[in-house]
Formats: sequence, C-alpha cells, structure tokens
Amino acid sequence: MLQYVLKRLLLMIPTILGAAFIIFFILRVVPGDVCELKLGGDGGHYDPVQVEICQKNLGIDRPVYEQFGKFVVGIFTFDYGNSMDTGKPVTHEIGLRFQLSLQIAIMATLVTIIIAIPLGTISAVYQNSWIDYIVRTVSIAGIALPSFWLGILLLLFLLNFSDWMWGIRWSPPLIYKPIWEDPYHNVSQLIWPAVATGYRYSAVATRMTRSSMLEVLREDYVRTARAKGLLEKLIINRHALKNALLPVVTVIGIEFAFLMGGLVVTEQVFNLNGLGQLLVHSVTGKDYTMTQAIVMIIVLVFVFTNFMVDILYAWLDPRIRYS
Amino acid sequence: MRFSTLKLAIGAATATALTLGTIAGAAAQKSGGTLNFVVGSKIPSYDAHVETTFGMIHPIAPFYSLLIRVNPDAPATNDFVCDVCEGDVDKGADGGKLFTFKIRKGLKFHNGAPLNANDVVASYNKIIFPPKGVASSRKSFYRMVESVAATDDHTVVFKLKFPSGAFIPALASPFNFIYSKADLEKNGLTWHKTNINGSGPFVFVEHQPGAFVSGKKFAGYHHKGRPYLDGFRAIAAPKMAARVQAIEGDRASIEFRGFPPKQRDALVKVLGDKITVQESDWNCVLMATPNQKKKPFDDARVRRALSLSIDRWGGSKYLSKIAIVKTVGGVVFPGHPLAATEAELTKIAGYGKDLKANRAEARRLLKEAGQENLSLVLNNRAVDQPYKVVGTWLLDQYKKIGIKATQQVNPSSVFYDILRKKQDFDVSIDFNCQSVINPIADVSKFLPGGGANYSGSKDKKLVEMYDALLRAPTEAEQRKLVRQYEKRVLDTEATHAITLWWYKINPHRSYVKGWKIAPSHYLGQQLDQVWLDK
Repeated sequence: MLQYVLKRLLLMIPTILGAAFIIFFILRVVPGDVCELKLGGDGGHYDPVQVEICQKNLGIDRPVYEQFGKFVVGIFTFDYGNSMDTGKPVTHEIGLRFQLSLQIAIMATLVTIIIAIPLGTISAVYQNSWIDYIVRTVSIAGIALPSFWLGILLLLFLLNFSDWMWGIRWSPPLIYKPIWEDPYHNVSQLIWPAVATGYRYSAVATRMTRSSMLEVLREDYVRTARAKGLLEKLIINRHALKNALLPVVTVIGIEFAFLMGGLVVTEQVFNLNGLGQLLVHSVTGKDYTMTQAIVMIIVLVFVFTNFMVDILYAWLDPRIRYS
Repeated sequence: MRFSTLKLAIGAATATALTLGTIAGAAAQKSGGTLNFVVGSKIPSYDAHVETTFGMIHPIAPFYSLLIRVNPDAPATNDFVCDVCEGDVDKGADGGKLFTFKIRKGLKFHNGAPLNANDVVASYNKIIFPPKGVASSRKSFYRMVESVAATDDHTVVFKLKFPSGAFIPALASPFNFIYSKADLEKNGLTWHKTNINGSGPFVFVEHQPGAFVSGKKFAGYHHKGRPYLDGFRAIAAPKMAARVQAIEGDRASIEFRGFPPKQRDALVKVLGDKITVQESDWNCVLMATPNQKKKPFDDARVRRALSLSIDRWGGSKYLSKIAIVKTVGGVVFPGHPLAATEAELTKIAGYGKDLKANRAEARRLLKEAGQENLSLVLNNRAVDQPYKVVGTWLLDQYKKIGIKATQQVNPSSVFYDILRKKQDFDVSIDFNCQSVINPIADVSKFLPGGGANYSGSKDKKLVEMYDALLRAPTEAEQRKLVRQYEKRVLDTEATHAITLWWYKINPHRSYVKGWKIAPSHYLGQQLDQVWLDK
C-alpha cells in the first residue's frame, strides 16, 4: 500500500509543473495588461505615462522568462506574491474566499451523498418500477438544468414567495458570515447555492450509482450470495453497494474539486465572494499573479482529490493496491 | 469665470428627478441608521490620486475630505463649494492667476492628528507634481498650475502660469482626497494605496476584499450636524442582476452608478412607491472613431460619410428605451453653457434633422471618394451597457448608406490593446467619461497628441484652437472657440463621430433621502448629506 501511495504522490509533481507552465504562457498570449485596465478602463482620463509607471512598478515590463522564473520559484516556496490589481498578498485574498467556497463545496457534496446514493440504489433495486421512473426523471432534469439557472429561479421564487406570504420581498443576505459567527445568517445565505449546485451534482451521482448498481447486481457473486440465502438487505448494502461505489466516488471527488473554483456563474448569481468570482475578476482584470495562484490552487485541489480517490479505490477494491 | 454662479441649465433641464415615489425635500433630516449600497466594480486600491474607477470612489470617498467639491445638495450644477476650506470658492486674483483658500480651523484626521494648510499642499503637490515613478492619474489636468504653497497654517495659495477656466473644476475633482502630510512623509507616497486615514464624514471600519467596505460616523466631522447616518456598508455586487435583486429584496437601498431602463421599470413594477427614481444626463459619451492611419479612413470625406449615416435624433428616441444613452450633443456636456444649442448642432454634419438628405450626402461623399463598396470592422468592447447596444445600432446605421459593417466585440483588455496600442482597427467605439463637468479639460480628448485621441489625427490647427481655448478669459470667448473646435472635430475633419450622451438612471429605496443625482457617477459620494427616513 505504501508503494502505491508513493507512486501516486510522485505522479503529482509533473502534473503541477505542466499546469504552471500552461497557465503562465496562456495568460500572456492575450493582449493588454492590468495597468491599461486600471488606469483607463472606465473610459475616463487616460495618461500613457502613468500606465508606464504602473507597468514598471509591477514588473510587467520585465522579460517573460524572468517573470516565469519568479513564478516557478514562488510555487515551491509558497510565495505567490501580491495581487497586481489590489497590491495585497495573493494568499490573503484567496484565504478570504477559500472558506466560503469550501463550505459550499462541502454542503453541496453532503446534499449529493444524502440524496444520490440512496436514490440511485433504490432506483436500481426497483428497476423499471414507478420509483425508478421518478428518480430517473428527476435526475435527468438535474443534469439538464444548469445550476446557475436553477439559482436564478430559486431567487425569483424566494422574492415572490416571501412577498405573497408576508408582503416583504426577501432575498438571501449579500455578505458572508462564518457559520460559527452567525449560523442563521450563514445558512440562509449559502443553502440556496448549495441546493442549486447540489441538485445537478446529485443528479449525476444518482445516475452513476444506479447504473453501477445495476451492473453489480448482475454479477455472479451477487447471484451466489442470493443462492446462499443471504438477506437481500445484506446483499445490497454489504456486497453490491460497496463495489458499485467505485465510480460514484470518482464522480463525487471530481465534482468536489470542480466546486472549489468552478462555481463561477452560480457565485455571480448569488453574489458570493468565492474563488470562482475572484478567478473571473482576475482573468478579466489581467491580474496575472492572482490568476496564476488561483489556477494553481484549483490544480492542487484536483490533484489532491484524485490522489484521495485513488487511495479510496485501493481501500474499496484490494485488487487495485495488490496490482 | 463665474464658477459658483454657473448654475447650469443641466440641473433644470436634464437632471429631472422623476419622482415615482417621494423625493427628499421638505422633511426634516433624521439621524441614524446604516446605508447599505451595492457597487458593481472592485477596489483596485484606496489611493484616489492614482485610481480612476467608481469602484474605488463609491466605497472610499466617504472617508475623505476635499478642498472644494461640487455642492452635494445641488450636484447637477457646477456650483463649487468649500469642503475643508471656508467661505466661498475664490474667484481668482491677478487676472485669474492667483487663487487663495482659507482652511477651516480645528479640523482633524480620523487618527486625531490636526488637518491644516500643509496637508492640503502636500496632497495637491502629490497630485500635480508627483516625484518620478509615482503615479498621479490626473496630473495633466493641472498644466496651468505653477505652484501650490501654504502661506500660513490656514492659507493655501495656487499660482497659475496662465488663467484658465479649467482650473477650478479640476480642483473640485472627487479624486482629490486630502491626505495627511505626516502620513505621506512618514509612510511614503504609496501608503494610501493600502491604508486609510481621512477626515471625511465616516471613519473606516473594515474592508473585506470582494465583499464589502464599512464605515462609521466621524463625530469630529467639520460640517456641523453631519453626517446623518451612523454608518454605511458598500457591498460588492459585480453582476447587475444581483444588484437589482439586492434592492428588490432590500438588502441594499441604492446603487449609485445607474441601471438601464429595463431594470428601472422592473423595480418600479414590483416595488411601487417603495422605490424612487432619479434621472439625469451623464457626463459620458460614446463615439465612433475612424482610424486615420488606415485607408480609406484617412480621407475626411469617408469619415464625414460615417457620421452622416447616424440617425442621432431617432436614436435618442428609441435607443434610450433599451440603453443608458439618450441625449444628442456635441463635444461639450449637453446643457452646459458652453454646449451647442439644438440650432447650432443641426448645422454640424450628421446632426441635421433631414435624415434622408444626410444619408444622400453620405452616399455622395463615399462615391466621390471611390468607396461605394466600403466594408469595415467596428472594434467594440464586450460590455453590454451601452457599448454592445450602441455598437449594434451603429452597424445598422452604416448599412443604411451601403457600408458592409461587422462588429468585433472584444474583452476589455483586448479592446484597449487594439484601440490604444496596436491601433490597427478600422473604426472603434471610443468614449469620454469624466467626473466634474469641465468642458475645457474634457474636450482635450479630441486633441491630437493629447494621449486620449486614438484617431491618428495630426491636425495642428486643432491644437492651436485648443491652446487659444485653454487661455480664453471669458465665457463668451470660450463659447465661440468651442464652437469652432467642435465644428473642426465633428464636421470638417470628422475625426470622431459622437453618438449619444449617456443617461443616468438611479432607482433607490424611497426611504433614502438627501442623495441627489449628479451628472457623473463619481460625484456626490461623500454621503454626509444622506439620511434614512425609516
């Protein structure tokens, strides 16, 4: 098992370096820079001399290889520098948003696990029954509906429903407060994006659980278990579900990593100050240092999540670690 | 130079406060409460001397004082009033070359340090004469200033190289925050990018980047009885839909930049008398700039044809229903005494009310220039309001005279790169968006070599005209010279084709009182005059 873990750890290094190389050069292919946008982006007075001063102060005028060298050194020393836009340390800016993004990712994942695994299993066990049809319809709708659109519908519903019920148009809070500071405020703000993203996420996982369960339930060892006279509940929970969860774990893992930085539109719909929104701002504002750092964090989350999934695989299926 | 008496017609004619609910007025101001407002842009830094965005002005201006400012109780006029100075704004001595300001006594910064003339001088020296390598975005507004000095602790004297009508409006820029001299000397000229120590109506409390900025009432504020609010919270909301929903759900009371007509109507529909709408002409304008470095746009006939194709009067009527543009105008903000009247405008190519005749003339000019089959690409910015809307409208206008026009909508960074650096466009959307109405400074946009003219024009005569305008001592003379300048820019040389001036629409919760719409989203943002009728 140790050798297996070490192998997976070593494979992470070229992935991270490759991503660093790609993100650095792709960013610089697009014309324009942060100074141009900051000092003339509003259509007001624009002074080229001031733009030059800004570029010099930020080091944008330095040769690309020099900037790349600095960036790579920064990755290994965990020094991502300051945001070119705000001048504040990148780690500070990301840290402020990380908590919110992580909480939504966890909430949406919990919604998924609670909904998807039982529903997918029931749907497979009662294949082609009315329960199966309902679950399949609901899950296909979840895959088809973009989560940001569901978010917009949710917000409209909240505004109109509260108006109808209490005569006040209610919308979720705009400012984030940690759950330990104000649990009601926190949940009333984040439950809606968690539901909006969790629905799509659980729809994917439900479909995966169902198809995987159906496959496993047709396996010889399940038939053998039934022939031995084992209780159906035991067969499903102990023998079938554990094996059927392998691809489901992969989907949940990838989706979790995606949620950490990929909720760009949903964050905008709910006005959440998360990593996705920060990424969009930094890309549109040509804030190289910030974009590089966020992308690298997303890469690290993906790589780490995949690593954890690999470990889970080995735990769920001993054949993997023995091979 | 009757600065304080320039009661612009703008106020009466265009800053029509369309009251769909009730507007602040006779009621006595109430103290207390926190104003929540949404801001659609981010804060690059806190240093107003460097920054140019309303994303900084809206949340940070309440922490600072200015030397003089546009009257917050009548922001639709160019009525300049003292902020840290006292009495009336000086009208100038020595033939308009010497301006003296008496600074109030007993002023304090939020850290308790006294504020006097030396702080004002240090701030303006940073703005006008920054040391090498220190950025100051509006330095070029003060080309007429020779020196700024404190003759004693409570007197500031500005000495000009030549009298200029552009000086006082430039002095009242909302970006001219007064910094503490001690802060500048002790912490350096870039300290204010990341730190706040002002003397404005509110004291800085917290900034959570990307989320909000909050401030609380400054008990030692120099305008007696103000501010009325206990505090404010500026909440970042980059998406317009989120800002509209915030007002609808009463999570925020106001957004100061402005909404398009559709959003205004939606809010009015659902909130009824709980919403008040204020509207005004806006000191921003979009234009189409042909690139004279490229053929056939080096030919004035082709450029005139492009301008002649535009139905400005019709656009004003219909485009204003879907976009934040409305008023037909020339190079000067409509309604200002220096702006062209309708009669004067109609004499300029493309402004005549006989659209058929305009377009026939456009076709004739294209034929004469051998460009009957002209095709062009319009460089535009991927911002919906009003860029994309106006750009799409322009394509249709060009097609009406037989031009095959297409649009290339680019992200801001690419758009600016094409417009300012590469300069390889055929025709580009271009803009002029200013704060204080300062026509003499604002029209420098069209000046060849002025830094903001991207047409590739090298018109020396225009430079001479501007030089004369800058030095014109009387309003009558300024007006005459502006007309000549305008004719040259929009007609004879047709270096730029102005489309329509922007129109500002601010729907806000009706309990927000005291805030009056200004012709710029940069003005009236110190919030000391705002109160909540709750």
